[in-house]
Amino acid sequence: MDQPNETVLRARNLRLYFQTRRGPVQAVDGVDFDLRKNEATVIIGESGCGKSSLAKAILRLLPRNAGTYDGEVWLHDQNIMLLNDESFRKEIRWRRISMVPQAAMNALNPVMRIGDQVSEPAIVHMNMTKEDATKSAVRMLEHVGVPIDFLHRYAFELSGGMRQRSALAMALVTLPDVVILDEPTSALDVLTQASIMNLMKRMKKELETSFILITHDIATSSELADNVAVMYAGQIVEVGDARRFFTKPLHPYSHALMASVPRLRETIEPEFITGQPPSLLNPPTGCRFKDRCPKRFDKCDEAPPMFIEEGDRQVRCWLYDDAIQMSRPEYQVVA
Amino acid sequence: MDNGNNVLLDIKNLRTQFFTEGGVVHAVDGINFSVRRGEVVGLVGESGCGKSVTSLSIMRLIAQPGRIVEGQIIFDNEDLVALPESRMVNIRGNRVSMIFQQPQSSLNPVFRVGDQLSEVLQIHQDVGKEVGERRAIELLTMVGVPDPESRIKAFPHELSGGMAQRVMIAMALACVPELLIADEPTTALDVTIQAQILDLMRNLRTKMDTAIILITHDLGVVAEMCDWVNVMYAGRIVEQAPVVELFKTPKHPYTVALIGSTPILGHADKPLTTIPGSVPNLVDLPTGCKFWPRCTARIQHNLEICDKEEPALKTIAPNHTVRCWLYE
Repeated sequence: MDQPNETVLRARNLRLYFQTRRGPVQAVDGVDFDLRKNEATVIIGESGCGKSSLAKAILRLLPRNAGTYDGEVWLHDQNIMLLNDESFRKEIRWRRISMVPQAAMNALNPVMRIGDQVSEPAIVHMNMTKEDATKSAVRMLEHVGVPIDFLHRYAFELSGGMRQRSALAMALVTLPDVVILDEPTSALDVLTQASIMNLMKRMKKELETSFILITHDIATSSELADNVAVMYAGQIVEVGDARRFFTKPLHPYSHALMASVPRLRETIEPEFITGQPPSLLNPPTGCRFKDRCPKRFDKCDEAPPMFIEEGDRQVRCWLYDDAIQMSRPEYQVVA
Repeated sequence: MDNGNNVLLDIKNLRTQFFTEGGVVHAVDGINFSVRRGEVVGLVGESGCGKSVTSLSIMRLIAQPGRIVEGQIIFDNEDLVALPESRMVNIRGNRVSMIFQQPQSSLNPVFRVGDQLSEVLQIHQDVGKEVGERRAIELLTMVGVPDPESRIKAFPHELSGGMAQRVMIAMALACVPELLIADEPTTALDVTIQAQILDLMRNLRTKMDTAIILITHDLGVVAEMCDWVNVMYAGRIVEQAPVVELFKTPKHPYTVALIGSTPILGHADKPLTTIPGSVPNLVDLPTGCKFWPRCTARIQHNLEICDKEEPALKTIAPNHTVRCWLYE
């Protein structure tokens, strides 16, 4: 094994709540995770688990009803949570952390030409001249495989795949340290999805960028992932190396999530989780997954901390508490 | 194929075209397949290959400027194409029903879901309002909607995507159809909800012997649900086979690429297969095989006939047909 890459982004106890008339929605509730240079961390979970809010919290793209917003986000050795909004906008957003928003293909400005849209971040955030920005935009569009004569076209004249590529070029044009991809392929056809995934793999190899990929498509996420973080009800319940995660998930929720993915070449009957993810208005006390968990036991009424497994994997489940594994063999984790 | 009595739906040489200002769109161009009772048949292919138009043709929901120009859709010994609309309304939503893509936009936004559900029953089964409401609650319970007594009073915008999809399914199942057409029923849903919905459909088939036509581009779902698969390209069927055989020995270069483009968990080392180019314009189709401009097998095998003459569907193994010059 060679030396692990240096850590680019580190979130510690990051929280983002939304104010509503019925009380605070705890969308991101004490999230810790690390992203290393030139790697991709995939954040998976069901709709409403707080994945997209986590992206917004990192990029500080807060809606008007944002309430509690605290914790630490370290970009290299700077805690960017301490910056004021103006410096954050000038120094961090898009220049060092950029994003491909959900449904990016529909997020493009319909009345602006593709070339102008892709070069805009370079003008605004990098203070480039229009000419230089256009040059960077052209280079990046070529890089992501958008033909150069599309520069003068509008979004509606492009196919879904080409729009997705343009949105990606827009996020990469400033050569940021971190790119957040929110469901980058979910609205696309299988074949287009495959070519976008191949493109992102190539981008990861060629540029020194790190990626945070937010998705509910587990099979697709496995194409890009170095690390996997599983989110449930505003919290990360498992995080660790992707290869080991995909062969043997630890948390009962991860297990259920993986088991519900239809397989092409296996005849095992998929299992599924009954019920719905809990409301983030009043998340259950104790373990948040306990009401849907097949392995629930009395200890689950207490909130589990993160346990370390296999050296560097983390899992938020009492089953991995050494004391419990020793004292109650009936709760042994079945591998 | 084997015993004919069990065949519920038999589509023969169906052609559906749209007469637009830009020309005639050959959306479905002569397809044949049949569905037996209790069988799940998959229709797969990229967007724009004619999957949805096929299902809308079966439902006789092709709107202007479209028209079924040729062929027969034999449903339980009756040709739906020739049936007057007055009799079609008794079949549609009753004996044949459909789950549409995008549940949120297929439900009526200004009616409560309970009323939309009981409307189906009031029309087709002539039940009163109260019975309709009670049945609506039963149906919602059956599809796993929590707290159905209060959910029947909800408007569609108050439901999540998964809930709205279940309401759509409940509506499609209200009259216990003999044939259910599910058009991308789980595309908009989380994997966990998807697994629940697929399980529901499987139950329906085993308990009520409902036949299902499943339209999807998710091959994982196909592998899990279907008995038979029809692969469509440019309004045609290019390969037809039982599901296990199709995934084990795909023959058509298009099918091979489709399967190769699907990511497999934990095997991310090699790039996914892609196909250059995009689906052809259905107004101005290429001559010969409709897939030749994107086909790599044609170049590998140095086939000269592909762009000149269209191959026919050829039976290459029992129950396995393919439309490709490689197998002539």
